[in-house]
Amino acid sequence: MSATVTAQQVQEKVFSSLVEFGADPDAVTPEAGWGALDVDSLDLVELAQVVEEEFGVEITSQDMQNLPTVGSVIELVVARAS
Amino acid sequence: MTRAVAITGVGAVTPLGVGARALHERWTAGRSGIEDGLGRCDEFDPAELLSAKEARRADRCTQLALAAAAEALADAGWDGAGPHDPDRVGTVVGTGIGGIATLVANQDVLRERGAGKVSPLGIPLMMANAPAGAVAMRFGLRGPSFGTVSACAAGAHAIGTALRMVQSGEADAVVCGGSEAALVELSRASFAAMDATSPTGISRPFDARRDGFVMGEGAGMLVLEHADRARERGARVLGELVGYAATSDAHHLTAPHPEGEGAARAIELALRDAGLEAGDVDYVNAHGTSTPLNDRAETAALKRALGLRASEVPVSSAKSAIGHLLGAAGAVEAVATVLALRDRVAPPTLNYAEPDEGLDLDYVTDGARPLHVDGRAPVAISDSFGFGGHNAVLVLRGMAA
Repeated sequence: MSATVTAQQVQEKVFSSLVEFGADPDAVTPEAGWGALDVDSLDLVELAQVVEEEFGVEITSQDMQNLPTVGSVIELVVARAS
Repeated sequence: MTRAVAITGVGAVTPLGVGARALHERWTAGRSGIEDGLGRCDEFDPAELLSAKEARRADRCTQLALAAAAEALADAGWDGAGPHDPDRVGTVVGTGIGGIATLVANQDVLRERGAGKVSPLGIPLMMANAPAGAVAMRFGLRGPSFGTVSACAAGAHAIGTALRMVQSGEADAVVCGGSEAALVELSRASFAAMDATSPTGISRPFDARRDGFVMGEGAGMLVLEHADRARERGARVLGELVGYAATSDAHHLTAPHPEGEGAARAIELALRDAGLEAGDVDYVNAHGTSTPLNDRAETAALKRALGLRASEVPVSSAKSAIGHLLGAAGAVEAVATVLALRDRVAPPTLNYAEPDEGLDLDYVTDGARPLHVDGRAPVAISDSFGFGGHNAVLVLRGMAA
């Protein structure tokens, strides 16, 4: 599984999840922070559930506290998946 | 000491459509919102009011409450900020069961996929106070906010509690009502198991053939304002909430007291709270569930509380047109009563054909009927009774012509 996970795949999944949570699609970029997207801790728990389901990567709420942007989550998922 | 409180706005989402006027006009016209034995709010589209984020952060019972509250506040002429100090505006919203659809969905996830997959939104969506919290948050109402929980009396308890908040000076205004969205398999099966719901799927309150209630969903909300505050801002006043009382049967888990003792006391005390007498009552908006036990006990209670007046006053049940909205019922029916008094009309009890022995009140069975009050301000009582023996009665008054 790990060999097949690309940054592109992770980004697509993370972006689509954030839009599903209610974020403005035009505002969802790797650089965007959670406040700008109106994403709160409840959304981040859901996001962690999604990436675990999809890529088998566990991200704890402690991890999330050190991940201030969309891109930082994508990087962590890709790193842990490979 | 009783101080009347102004009703300046009403809102409702019911099986008869979106809007308090849809409820009032369609019920008065004799239309039913019940299809296939259920009262669904098919016309309700949460996307008309809520963003995608708001909608997925609200169980259907909260979505319905938000829609009804938005309508009620707009009806009251409140702009974005509202006319009062928001710290002095309360929110009281009753529900019978709360977010039960969220609960069962998360139970399925737990069983099928494990604890780690349960949604972090599970608790905040299912909690029974969620409708009250969401209404307060959306409209920036920062006074006391909470839910009331008393099964099918919850909506009436919410409104009565709101009345007391205004009368006591705790709040200048309160957005109050009830909401329910419990048409899920679990609650349907559970009500059916106790023979509470109609196996034929027909709501015919007070009729000899009645065989249980028809489940419905929806929400009703009212804006109550201190009469002086409402006058100061030049508000249009739809009617007044003039009395309230609540009692308990202390009799049985689900069955009402057979002679309606607790219900009768609630009616008597509510009239006394309003400073009125049985002879002042022009219309009774009955709880009228279409269950064998309720309709008999409620008829007995009305006779006990109103005496001879019980046989003179029109008595009708909205549940014949929309089904039983459980924790929303008392609120939706209060909304319907406000508009019925405004228009001087007693809406009909639908589907009635066969009289039952001892159930011999004027149930308004041949279509809506005008209330002739000779320019007086008409008075109505609205009954609500809940499993657990909870009785809550509101006394409402229309404006003088």
